Amino acid sequence: MSETAEKVKKIVVEHLGVEEAKVTPEASFIDDLGADSLDTVELVMAFEEAFGVEIPDDAAEKITTVKDAIEYIEKQKGE
Amino acid sequence: MFQNGFSPRRVVVTGMGIACPLGLGVEHVWKRMLAGESGIRAIQSFDTTTLPAKIAGQIPAGVKAEGGLDINEWIPIKDQKKMDRFIQFALVAAEEAVADSGWRPEGEEARCRTGVMIGSGIGGLETIHEAAQLAVQGKIKRISPFFIPSALINLASGQVSIKYGFKGPNHSVVTACATGVHALGDAARLIALGDADVMVAGGAEAAVCELGVAGFCAARALSTGFNDTPATASRPWDENRDGFVMGEGAGVVVLEEYEHAKARGAKIYAEVIGYGMSGDAYHITAPAEGHEGAFRAMKAALASANVTPAEVQYVNAHGTSTPLGDDLELEAVERLWGDAAKGLAMSSTKSAVGHLLGAAGAVEGIFSILAIRDKVAPPTLNLEKPSRESAIDRVAMQAQPRKIDVALSNSFGFGGTNASIVFRAAP
Repeated sequence: MSETAEKVKKIVVEHLGVEEAKVTPEASFIDDLGADSLDTVELVMAFEEAFGVEIPDDAAEKITTVKDAIEYIEKQKGE
Repeated sequence: MFQNGFSPRRVVVTGMGIACPLGLGVEHVWKRMLAGESGIRAIQSFDTTTLPAKIAGQIPAGVKAEGGLDINEWIPIKDQKKMDRFIQFALVAAEEAVADSGWRPEGEEARCRTGVMIGSGIGGLETIHEAAQLAVQGKIKRISPFFIPSALINLASGQVSIKYGFKGPNHSVVTACATGVHALGDAARLIALGDADVMVAGGAEAAVCELGVAGFCAARALSTGFNDTPATASRPWDENRDGFVMGEGAGVVVLEEYEHAKARGAKIYAEVIGYGMSGDAYHITAPAEGHEGAFRAMKAALASANVTPAEVQYVNAHGTSTPLGDDLELEAVERLWGDAAKGLAMSSTKSAVGHLLGAAGAVEGIFSILAIRDKVAPPTLNLEKPSRESAIDRVAMQAQPRKIDVALSNSFGFGGTNASIVFRAAP
């Protein structure tokens, strides 16, 4: 797993208070990890802070799974 | 509960919960209070170097089993950031009160007949401070989506309703330091009028933060002369009093329609028999001359309870330890009680826990109910030499066993808002 993926997973575990094992790449924040719409807003803010990237609202709306987040951030960082 | 001969449904208290500077849990707190212990300490949670007031009543840290607060035992970490501490305190006190009442509404109808009315004087002040700092630092985009629901006062009622599924009236009181009494009284009236059968009611406050202390300091409201001896700082009616001491916490009760409580065999602590309100229309922070607004609130409460002053054996005073307010309240009580003043006990439990602002009326209502239950008047600590003599026994320094069947509790707030509530021993 990439460094970005590890870090994303850690943030998701902390912010949503879920078990690490549940945070699979395919896991949906809302459907699988118990987040509501405000939780996902906060999660995206946490990614922005941790990775020093800007995630505009229209992009944030498309980040619904752990994998979406990892791929978006890696793309932004040119990894 | 009503004047003008209107005959409403009766309302009783079937559950109680407290989180306050003497700790967590009604019995734990009450035991410490009767033993004359104080919850006032030096403020540790932030730097008070530049503030003239350096002490407060803060909920002691510790484990639940020992009457201390470790919030992780009560609220999942991921949810803590969604609510200011005043809401956390409300949830802690509500959990005790709801469990104590044994009320678990089964079915949609029962849930819809159970409401919540928990208020706060100030709400999420610390949360607002933190968000404002982000704004000042140019980090406005970092403001949490939980900022507003964390700071809003009615979210105490909202969070409690969400946790338990109470779908009845969901309401909140904001009347500064009168909030707690208004919440209990208004909730009782919702039951009396038929809007609900059960109401979880109370007040919560967490304003012991840098901004809160600084604000009350600026208003010259706080004690500043006892920073080295915190436990002696809150001294209602004493000649050396120099202002109030801030406290934090929450008080929550379960109010219930009498027949409803009886039918399910609930334990009944007391009946809410009277409630009175008034406005001073005088000054933003100072009480009116002769505390005439307080006089009218108490008079209205006794009239709605249909009792005479002589039938009330205990008053839990607003008694904040401010130079002006204490003696004016005393004067108003003396005037209303007249000859009956010599049989009256009146104490200020703020001497032990400080002034819990919007939570004060709720925790003091609970202390008044316990005074009835245990036939004991809790003490006014630090009342060494009253600034003014009175026929009323102010229960100086030590708790006193007394015959108490009816008790009245006072709360007055900035803006000139006054409220009094009257309890009687369980029917």
